[in-house]
Amino acid sequence: MNTTELSAAQIAAQVAAGAITAENVAGDHWARIEKVEPRLKAFVTLLKEPSLAQARAVDVKRAKGARLGRLAGVPVALKDNILLKGVETTCSSKILKGFRAPYDATVVERLKAEDAVFVGKTNLDEFAMGSSTENSAFFPTANPWDTDRVPGGSSGGSAAAVAAGCCPLALGSDTGGSIRQPAAFCGVVGLKPTYGLVSRYGLIAFASSLDQIGPFTRTVEDAALALAVFAGHDPRDSTSAAEPPARALKGLAGDVKGLRIGLPREYFIAGMDPEVEQSVRAAVELLKSLGATVRELSLPHTKYAVATYYLIAPSEASSNLARFDGIRYGFSQRQAQSLEEVYEASRGEGFGPEVKRRIMLGTYALSSGYYDAYYAKAQRVRTLIARDFAQAFKEVDVVAAPTTPTPPFRFGEKTGDPLAMYLSDIFTIPSNMAGNASLSVPCGLSRSGLPIGLQLIGPAFGEGTILRAARALEAAKPFAKIDEMRPSLAA
Amino acid sequence: MANITREEVQKISKLAKLRLTEKEAELYQAQFSKILDSMAELRQLDTEDVPPTTSVLGLSNVLREDSPAPFGEAEDLLANAPEREGPYYKVRKVIE
Repeated sequence: MNTTELSAAQIAAQVAAGAITAENVAGDHWARIEKVEPRLKAFVTLLKEPSLAQARAVDVKRAKGARLGRLAGVPVALKDNILLKGVETTCSSKILKGFRAPYDATVVERLKAEDAVFVGKTNLDEFAMGSSTENSAFFPTANPWDTDRVPGGSSGGSAAAVAAGCCPLALGSDTGGSIRQPAAFCGVVGLKPTYGLVSRYGLIAFASSLDQIGPFTRTVEDAALALAVFAGHDPRDSTSAAEPPARALKGLAGDVKGLRIGLPREYFIAGMDPEVEQSVRAAVELLKSLGATVRELSLPHTKYAVATYYLIAPSEASSNLARFDGIRYGFSQRQAQSLEEVYEASRGEGFGPEVKRRIMLGTYALSSGYYDAYYAKAQRVRTLIARDFAQAFKEVDVVAAPTTPTPPFRFGEKTGDPLAMYLSDIFTIPSNMAGNASLSVPCGLSRSGLPIGLQLIGPAFGEGTILRAARALEAAKPFAKIDEMRPSLAA
Repeated sequence: MANITREEVQKISKLAKLRLTEKEAELYQAQFSKILDSMAELRQLDTEDVPPTTSVLGLSNVLREDSPAPFGEAEDLLANAPEREGPYYKVRKVIE
């Protein structure tokens, strides 16, 4: 048996039962990583020796008769904007090259407590700003289903790693769709938890009122398991929700009989890919045949979400990224003569084009004379978008929609036009605006063999319900296995 | 039509402490006008009586006891500094 075909839950159970060793699991996954990574380029840092040592420590712990954690021996990858103590954390940016994390993120502490094993840090669009990993300062990551296409972004490395069998669980962050969009593009499950459910401590901030950490997995059960490990109040994150995590995981068990699903008219727009629409509608029909009820509804402010996002996110980013000053860490322009010059030259040379574009946009939107017209206006429209969902969830339990308007696009297809790239997040941004629970689950393949994702959106702390619906779909229509992907990454 | 001038681009880059090349300034000037135009659609909405969303959880002023505690590994933090002297970050002279 090759353990790269197993889910995280299966690996943890078999390691705990002594059926396999954590070291064997790690060995299998390293064989897979070394085989596919030259073409995939999902990782910016590989942790082979440390992960094998971690795996051996799990086996020793078991041999001593100690109780093992819920992720015993499970290989996990972390998006490279999440701090793992002592390991370089770059955000795929030149400005953080060489930065060693001085502490663990809260999610990392929780993974360590459950005996997970860290195989590496994954590639992203620089500072999580992008939808294709093409904005990485180092290299783009390929889509495992078609290496001429992007894996999505910004958490493209994490999505590709899980899809290609490098690990059954990877962490990403989602500010405007950065977990769900790459999950859809790579044919895996991606969950953006309710804002505040998972601690952001140790996640390098992009847009603080929107950022959430969440899992990529190949099974719905694994996504639920990961959430159960991550979720819960953290006093070190002042925006952490006080709600007990049990509230979010309620409703996980059972079937979809009587589940009320809403289809928002505004998510089935002219110009969207007909195969995506077909596949998503077929998945909803399938849930209906399993006992769910389906009705159309309206989320009237959907069309304003992208503009709202591209005012709020860059504004918050311009403030968050002020900390990269060339003094305390990362790249510094040594030739600079004055302090002012150190700031301007280090930032000018250290940040890539998209990051600079967003810092500039945000600085403009917050500057004197424009604040009310742009930033404050966007925050008010954000309220209208959140109210749309609040109204919808009076009538339905789940909103179902496409995750993306198209299947994965080709490298270079959208890099010349920032606006075209921004529109690839059109269906995922509204959930970040409202802060509610949202996931992408594979629902089919296009005729050319590219994955398509169904987005299931629930109210805040409605994770249990959307995961239950996703699991019903998974059971009725099993996802493609890793070795069914083409072209073979083995070639 | 939002028309961003070159002077505005220079002013914003100064505020953001970002040194731009001539080419970058030219590109951003062209792109900003387009991007800001796409955002003008928000003005169609009457938001006079709509409160802004600052926290989706409705949290405000989360407080804790002000009890100082040393950070575990100060050396790990300082080790990341491009320039340092002993336990200090080193910067260019700011006072003549």
